[in-house]
Amino acid sequence: MGNQPLLQLKNLRTSFRIQDDYFAAVDDVSLTVNENEVVAIVGESGCGKSALALSIMGLHQEGRTKLEGNVNFNGRNLLSLSTGEMNKVRGKDIGMIFQDPLTALNPLMTCGKQIEESMTYHTSFTGGEKKERALELLKSVGIPNPGRTYKQYPHELSGGMRQRVVIAVAIACNPSIVIADEPTTALDVTIQAQIMDLLKELQKKNETGIILITHDLGVVAEMADRVAVMYAGEIVELADVHTLFENPLHPYTRSLLNSIPSTTDEKERLHVIQGVVPSLKNLPRKGCRFKNRIEWMDDHEHEENPVLREVEPDHFVRCTCYKNFHFPEEK
Amino acid sequence: MVFLKINNLKVYYPIRGGFFRRVVDHVKAVDDISFELKQGETYGLVGESGCGKTTTGRSIIGLTKSTAGEIIFEDKDLTKLSRKDYHNYRRDIQMIFQDPYSSLNPRKRVLDIVAEPLRNFEKLTIAEERQKVQFYIEKVGLSPEDVYKYPHEFSGGQRQRIGIARALTLNPKLIIADEPVSALDVSVQAQVLNFMQDIQKEFNLTYLFISHDLGIIQHMCDRIGIMYRGQFVEEGAAEDIYTNPQHIYTKRLISAIPDINPKNRDKQVEFRKKVNEEYKNSYDKYFNAEGKVYKLKQISNTHSVALP
Amino acid sequence: MLKFILRRILIMIPQLIILSVLIFALAKAMPGDALTGQLASSPKMDAQTLHELKQKLGMLDPPYVQYFRWLKGLLHGDMGMSIIHQTPVTQLLAGRMENTILLSAAVLILSYLIAIPLGIVSGRWTDSWADKMVVGYNYITFATPLFIFALLMLFIFGFVLGWFPTSGSVDIRVENGTFSYFMSKVNHLILPAFSGAIISTTVTIQYLRTEIIDTKIKDFVKTARAKGVSESNVYTRHILRNSFLPIAAFLGYDIVSLIGGSVFLESIYGYPGIGQLFITSIAQRDFSVVTALVMISGLATLVGTLLSDIILSAVDPRIRIE
Repeated sequence: MGNQPLLQLKNLRTSFRIQDDYFAAVDDVSLTVNENEVVAIVGESGCGKSALALSIMGLHQEGRTKLEGNVNFNGRNLLSLSTGEMNKVRGKDIGMIFQDPLTALNPLMTCGKQIEESMTYHTSFTGGEKKERALELLKSVGIPNPGRTYKQYPHELSGGMRQRVVIAVAIACNPSIVIADEPTTALDVTIQAQIMDLLKELQKKNETGIILITHDLGVVAEMADRVAVMYAGEIVELADVHTLFENPLHPYTRSLLNSIPSTTDEKERLHVIQGVVPSLKNLPRKGCRFKNRIEWMDDHEHEENPVLREVEPDHFVRCTCYKNFHFPEEK
Repeated sequence: MVFLKINNLKVYYPIRGGFFRRVVDHVKAVDDISFELKQGETYGLVGESGCGKTTTGRSIIGLTKSTAGEIIFEDKDLTKLSRKDYHNYRRDIQMIFQDPYSSLNPRKRVLDIVAEPLRNFEKLTIAEERQKVQFYIEKVGLSPEDVYKYPHEFSGGQRQRIGIARALTLNPKLIIADEPVSALDVSVQAQVLNFMQDIQKEFNLTYLFISHDLGIIQHMCDRIGIMYRGQFVEEGAAEDIYTNPQHIYTKRLISAIPDINPKNRDKQVEFRKKVNEEYKNSYDKYFNAEGKVYKLKQISNTHSVALP
Repeated sequence: MLKFILRRILIMIPQLIILSVLIFALAKAMPGDALTGQLASSPKMDAQTLHELKQKLGMLDPPYVQYFRWLKGLLHGDMGMSIIHQTPVTQLLAGRMENTILLSAAVLILSYLIAIPLGIVSGRWTDSWADKMVVGYNYITFATPLFIFALLMLFIFGFVLGWFPTSGSVDIRVENGTFSYFMSKVNHLILPAFSGAIISTTVTIQYLRTEIIDTKIKDFVKTARAKGVSESNVYTRHILRNSFLPIAAFLGYDIVSLIGGSVFLESIYGYPGIGQLFITSIAQRDFSVVTALVMISGLATLVGTLLSDIILSAVDPRIRIE
């Protein structure tokens, strides 16, 4: 495969039907994921990050969603595959981890059976081989007693243990890409740390490409190699993780970082982003989408048709408003 | 005068079992905790889900009945007051809930939601009531006309501020904030936290701030109590807890906070490994034979730890 | 599990005792009695003989004496004599019970056979034309009272078309035990069973439809799809199993309500079951029959709820009873 990216999104647009019109929740997103790389997609609720994850997997409700652009994987555009063809990719080449371990597992099926299920579709394993592999997986995700958990139902496990089972389900067939949608959000802090460490360990071992969807910049800082910041359906900044945290450029990225109650400089006032996230229907479709949340900036600072531009090697920023951006309290 | 002092508070729930559903054991949601709040400070109650922090908050405000112990508010033990006397104290303690989506009745106007405590405690004319509600609605940064709207017309952050306005109408002295920003996005969270600090100064409020998020607790709180399985493992000024944690559980919690600087990530993993090792190796030092923590012991003027 | 069932059965005892007191009191409070009605029709009966007869039958004893006599009999499986039919109540019920159970079972099975496919189609392909038709069908069956629908069916298929018999449970001319006897039974059953079944599909369809709609957007269904599970298996293995839970839970109650619901069906179709007997016995003040029937349906309700709990715990591991 060489330097060929594992997964390549090109001008992906996902639109949802509201009444009789389609509104893009993911708008013109281009992104690559390489082998053995963790790409984080970070943003607040409604920015389109989860819609993006479901678009790659083709899991949106049919008839209500319109997908445009390309999702290139293994020389094919996943968006053009039929459901039957897509089913051969899901679970085998791309695995998915969902946010809430409480609801992500079927309550009526034992954990073992749920892990084995994808093997039924993607391998020619016999029953015994499947069980062996399931036990091995349970062990590798840090379940203390695999034999017992294999036979247990999801409700018999704690939240952290359940999320481990969810991970085992996702990596059962050794996918080359795992999409993790807020994998630690529903968990307690100490469990969150354990799951983060586990994901990193598995990723290194299997050289998996991970798309990490999260709203938590702390999780991003600990896990990601590259970061895409999304606002209102668009990527507004894309850079490697060190660049992004040391030299954030887009006003939205900078605002976000300033609004975290950080553990280092306590008691200072947090930055508040003015206004609210526009709803899908009322999203400004022209010009800089962040414009009305930084109203103190002059109109001419913005581009008329903002594009994601490479401003330094491998550092992409949308719109020109970042150049002279300052926080209102700074002037 | 003592502002709020909790003495040996216990909240037990019976477990029934056997053929006749007799009480065979208890779930000790809150198991013998004591702490004190001074007027004007923000006290943080931290712990993971199921540690009893929410139950503690709910029993102080009377939403959960305590099994034993004293809740002394302004020199009166709330657990021993008659219903009528209790009612009078109840207005001085208000609560802000976690979920701004489910804690506001969707069928009521903002005016009715915010006025509810007023209607319970004060007899005001309709005009007076509206004036008062509008005063507080403006205080929380919404416009006076908003009182005629319904909750769904507001964003999550605005709803949480409506919840705060409701808590403020009776001019309370103590506000119990149970995970007030956990359901909110980071930028909205910042807005609510800033705002809570502003009104604290303006109305001389005391906060009991319940949260699982140590970053937010550090940002907001003067003193912190760490809870584990219904008991306190450590208590101290924010600085004591974050720079000099003594109990292994506190260390685990702190090591679990994701570091916002990506440069530290390997260090952070190492740190967590080290703490986990210590947790495994020196378990006996911190927990007794029943897996319970020891009683709190003072190790400095401001700092106590549960050690044998 | 065994302990759970045993405990539930023990709890039933006081419930049944309270029920028996209530039933007995209500029955005694009903105006009139079985014998007074016969006074006018029989010339031999005068006030004197009536009084003697009542004395003989213990009808003039204080109520509590009557109650304990009745209870004692009940415990021995003796439900007393039917004054109208002049036969022991147990004997009277035996044959009719069989008919009612047969009818109820037929209604239940037919109802599920119709409702489950319709519910699945309508839940799986929401907003399709098929779904709209099912929903329309549901409105109609929901709005139509059973007794009107049954009368209509009886009129069309029984009288106008003459396809099915219009009353009874079997042709009295055929010999018991032969094949034609069986066919005659089935033939008598079809019309009442279909009428009952069609009207009772509403709840099952509605439940199944909303359950499927709720379940198909759940996270674990997304997980299943993300594993590459084929669309048909997503339904059979994940969505439907979860959607059937409430229906399985209602099975116990359904059985009970059907026995109650048979009152209409049996009256309209002249089908000799306990429902029909119940109506006539109330009209004739045949207390021993009425109390026996209410007692039986009370017991059936308790057993039905227990049955529902057992079924639910068998299909849902989350509420498995230890």
